[in-house]
Amino acid sequence: MPRLSGGPSVSLITAAGLGVSYGGRKVLFDINFQMERGEIVTIVGPNGSGKTTFLRALLGVVQPSRGRITRAQGVTVGYVPQRLHIDPGLPLPVARFLSLPKRRSAAEIAQVLARVGVPDVARQNMATLSGGQFQRVLLARALLVKPDILMLDEPTAGLDQPGVASFYRLIDEVRRELGCAVLSVSHDLHVVMSASDRVICINGHVCCEGAPHVVRAAPEYRALFGLGTGGALALYQHSHDHDHTHDHDHDHDHDHEKDHAHHAG
Amino acid sequence: MLDDFMLRATLAGLAVAMATGPLGCFVVWRRMAYFGDATAHAAILGVALALGFQISIFVGTMVVALVMAMIVSVLAGRGWAMDTTLGVLAHSALAFGLVAVSFLPAVRVDLSAYLFGDILAVSRFDLAVIAAGSVLVLGLILWRWSALLTATLNEDLAHASGINPGHERLVLTIALAVVVAVALKIVGALLIAALLIIPAAAARNFARSPESMALGAIVIGGLSVWGGLQLSLMQDTPSGPSIVVFAALIFLATTIAGTVLQNRSGR
Repeated sequence: MPRLSGGPSVSLITAAGLGVSYGGRKVLFDINFQMERGEIVTIVGPNGSGKTTFLRALLGVVQPSRGRITRAQGVTVGYVPQRLHIDPGLPLPVARFLSLPKRRSAAEIAQVLARVGVPDVARQNMATLSGGQFQRVLLARALLVKPDILMLDEPTAGLDQPGVASFYRLIDEVRRELGCAVLSVSHDLHVVMSASDRVICINGHVCCEGAPHVVRAAPEYRALFGLGTGGALALYQHSHDHDHTHDHDHDHDHDHEKDHAHHAG
Repeated sequence: MLDDFMLRATLAGLAVAMATGPLGCFVVWRRMAYFGDATAHAAILGVALALGFQISIFVGTMVVALVMAMIVSVLAGRGWAMDTTLGVLAHSALAFGLVAVSFLPAVRVDLSAYLFGDILAVSRFDLAVIAAGSVLVLGLILWRWSALLTATLNEDLAHASGINPGHERLVLTIALAVVVAVALKIVGALLIAALLIIPAAAARNFARSPESMALGAIVIGGLSVWGGLQLSLMQDTPSGPSIVVFAALIFLATTIAGTVLQNRSGR
């Protein structure tokens, strides 16, 4: 199915003047957002900044108290939740999980599991998977719907450094194959940033947005996160799609970052 | 046909086990045990109201159970911890029911029949209603099975798949109210939750998939009904508790067997 053939250039998903309140408390306000086909967008924000609420509003779980969210017609969303607690009372083989709610053939299941790098787990109980395997199975389930947008809520929480890096590499590969957009939420900017076309820093409203290096330098971002992540960020940028022996210069120098286009809320 | 009270009792019990098996699995998976208790205990209030207003006991208990389940749903997450809310509601419902029954004039109510069940007194009409209610619940759960399971796993995941978890919750709430109404005669208000939870928990010990667990719960529920009835008939024990005793023994057996098998395969 060619998905990149030039259809009308309607944004996949748009939020206009979005506000969400819980019991009178404004969690999100005045958020304008849109996402195009194939784009990689990362939402960052400290804990309690409303970034997960934003994702849930885009999913349709949370009803906006103001503004509205529109999706282009026929857009399919593959969702990878932050955590999935499976009650120990529920015996759930991986293959059965992937068939929820829609039945999938054994061939489809085998194919998608191989794609995410866990070919041998189909008959295993979900509860017996390691953290990394579990995340890959969650991703596999999201891929089965052939998504236009992959939405990931802190997908690597609980993985170790190599696990995080390989998981993001996998997402990047999958995105290239499917041509889908990727919207991920993170509080851990330095691991996702370099692959993103756009980073949006949220703290109730949009503090700043732009290319990764632009956001990293933005005073609003630094006020929220401090300066401590700079080194780790650079480290990850180098390791992302090159091997460690490479010695590229990524041109993300500080003078370069002065031209940031931040949108104050 | 169906003249034998024992036959009617067995059929009624098996019918109820068909509904409580799969529904009980959801009660276990969603940690609704106390929710089931609250709903079931409210049935006594339903009995009192039904007798007071001279309407069908089935209708009375079902309506009150439904109202109770709705109240619990509304109060959930409003300040108190869930088990506190449910604890307050379950015991209040029971107490109100018992007090309400005592107000009924000129009716000599055999309360123990409603508290512990009276399966041996199931009439043909009762059997028809119980069977209809059970088939309704089983059909409802089979129809919504995939959606219910997805919503049980994770509500956000369900939303992303186009399933409204609120609807699925409502399906379970209605199913629970119907089960309470039909199971009242079988095991009584105090032990309905046991008939939901124990067979499902026993089936968990060997089940490999949600479907096999639900099927196992039906079989174990059926065996418990049959065994409990025999015990009740032979030893003149109260029928409802006898059924639950059998279910508990099966739970014990499958737990031991499961542990042994696990240790063996672990080596």
